[in-house]
Amino acid sequence: MKLHGKRMGALTALVTSLVLVTSACGGTGGGNGDKASGGSGSGGSGSSGEKISVTFLPKNLGNPYFDTSDKGGKEAVQQFGGTYNEVGPDTASPDAQVPFINTAAQQGVKALVVSANDPKAIGSALNQARSAGTKVVTFDSDTDPQYRDLFVNQASAEGIAKVEVDMATKQIHDSGEIAILSASANATNQNAWIKLMKADLAKNHPKVKLDAVVYGNDDDQTSFDKTAALLQSYPNLKAIISPTTVGIAAAARYISTSNYKGKVAVTGLGTPNQMRKYVKDGTVSEFALWNPEDLGYLAAYAAKALVDKQITGKQGDTFTAGKLGKYTVGADSTVLLGDPFVFNKANIGKFNF
Amino acid sequence: MSGTSTRPETPAAGSDVAALTRPSSMSTVSRLTTTVLRSREIAIALVLVAVIAAATIKTPSFLFSSNSWRDLLLTPAILMLLAVGQAVVIITRNVDLSVGSVLAITAYLTGRLFVDNPGIPMVVVFLAALVVGGALGLVNGLVVALGKVPALVITLGTLYIYRGIVLTWAGSNRINASDMPDGFLALGTKTVLSIPVLFLIAVAVLAIVGYFLYTSRSGRDMYAIGSDPDAAELYGLRVRSRLVGAFVLSGALAGLSGVLYAARYGTISSGAGTGMELQAVAAVVIGGVAIFGGSGTVWGAAIGAVLLVTINRALPILGIQDFWQQAVVGALILGAIILDRVLSARRTRKLVEARDAS
Repeated sequence: MKLHGKRMGALTALVTSLVLVTSACGGTGGGNGDKASGGSGSGGSGSSGEKISVTFLPKNLGNPYFDTSDKGGKEAVQQFGGTYNEVGPDTASPDAQVPFINTAAQQGVKALVVSANDPKAIGSALNQARSAGTKVVTFDSDTDPQYRDLFVNQASAEGIAKVEVDMATKQIHDSGEIAILSASANATNQNAWIKLMKADLAKNHPKVKLDAVVYGNDDDQTSFDKTAALLQSYPNLKAIISPTTVGIAAAARYISTSNYKGKVAVTGLGTPNQMRKYVKDGTVSEFALWNPEDLGYLAAYAAKALVDKQITGKQGDTFTAGKLGKYTVGADSTVLLGDPFVFNKANIGKFNF
Repeated sequence: MSGTSTRPETPAAGSDVAALTRPSSMSTVSRLTTTVLRSREIAIALVLVAVIAAATIKTPSFLFSSNSWRDLLLTPAILMLLAVGQAVVIITRNVDLSVGSVLAITAYLTGRLFVDNPGIPMVVVFLAALVVGGALGLVNGLVVALGKVPALVITLGTLYIYRGIVLTWAGSNRINASDMPDGFLALGTKTVLSIPVLFLIAVAVLAIVGYFLYTSRSGRDMYAIGSDPDAAELYGLRVRSRLVGAFVLSGALAGLSGVLYAARYGTISSGAGTGMELQAVAAVVIGGVAIFGGSGTVWGAAIGAVLLVTINRALPILGIQDFWQQAVVGALILGAIILDRVLSARRTRKLVEARDAS
């Protein structure tokens, strides 16, 4: 339990930082306060046979990452014939979501799908909504478990570590020297993944040698300069894995402008908007993250399953999420989306976040 | 004036004193030799050469591969610009801590201009950054010169204010490489006769500012102000406008370096350039500019910037751990300041001796 809690914390931290990063990609974050697109007040009190009203509450509106996830949510809600609505604050500040939660509860929506700006600040508002009969599903960024019915988790540490090692070793034909460009030396989530990656390398890839782990502190310039230093210090380097969105973009930028381009592979965790240029110019052949659209889609189906009383959030409950198939609720009322999603030249054009 | 011939001193000591009190009495050759041998810039340059040599012996590709040569010149370009501006401000016995934040504002501005106005000419972007940087510097300069408040406090304040502006403006938004035109990004690595364009820009700025400080009246005024602000005021120098000018220059150069930052790194977030102001001050101090103003050159500051950046690149190759890399930089700064104190104490003593003897 303890270990699990730690991991959840790490993921939440990752997601928070990721969202900070990804929200950069599109609009200027300018404000549309209440972009209600569906019917409001469509909920009575629990009479069955009525349309299931689902309200999505992302961290903030105008954020390409959540535009993508909520698009998936909308698709799912339309598929099962519910009413979809999206509301949210302009800025992702800790308590900005509270009024939207209160409004949704007053409207009596059946389910609220939230990406929490703060694990605690919106807790009491969520519990009020739940006592009024609204089911609460968190996705992307969790609250403390007592404030929600279910958390839809985008990726597991094992899944992330494995996909990164797989992408790197595949590109160097499972033999040669590699290095890791991480965030800061004390970044909990990155360190957990690196530990898992090292174990995986030692066990399954004996011909791959990890030369060094360096830290770019999630700073563009530092990561960029560390990449240059890595390539200089280890002339036989064949791949760099960067388990952080800032690092992978900086490493790709350096390599794309150097004569290491095409000789040294770059992979890791990145967002399509940051990596688009480097995938197009051939510096990067693939990188991973989860698919936010699938995440929103799954969260919507999880909300439906809760409203239908098909699941209650206890471990072992199962439900079917449309095209994504069958899911089982894990410990701490958590559903895991699945393995990370690999982006490459063929599919990157479909994503904007 | 008859002192020189009557003093029972060795010729070497005699010329020492002459160099201090009446350099023009020496022959051109010996004057040049003394200047060069005593020059802090040469000392720093020698350290730089030693660092490059050591790294090259360990890993020949540190110097002898096309990327390495390019990176050697390219990596310090941005810090060189900041150091040149900072040197001018420090020479006037002030300091500009806001340059890192100014860099962030103009770097983000650069990205935004390209995103919001597709096809905007690069010249316009460069000019906009210079103007915005200069204006932010003007704010610093006006408050320092008119308010008579120490620059350390004012620019510490504007460091946070300017950073706050870019945080509010950019939020969690990020400018990605794919948002900026390829021609602009190519500028970040373009070379002319194997010399990177960004380095050429930095050297051109250095040459202009260096020449101006060395020859122009306002340039010499800045040294006078830094040596003794009260005396400069009493003597009737236009202290205020010179101070404002120094801050505007520093701001404009920080603005320019923001554009170069965007071209070089290709990704801009609100955290761009955090901590660069301290690197700039470090480069200036290492380069032999007295922290209390009045002496030093922008040449030294620029070499200091190159040394600082190159040491950071060379130490990992020499197998020195991250922590010690920082410690080495710290030692370098302390060494520079101690050397500065020792030299100025020695100089004062010699001057006193020369005065007493005559």
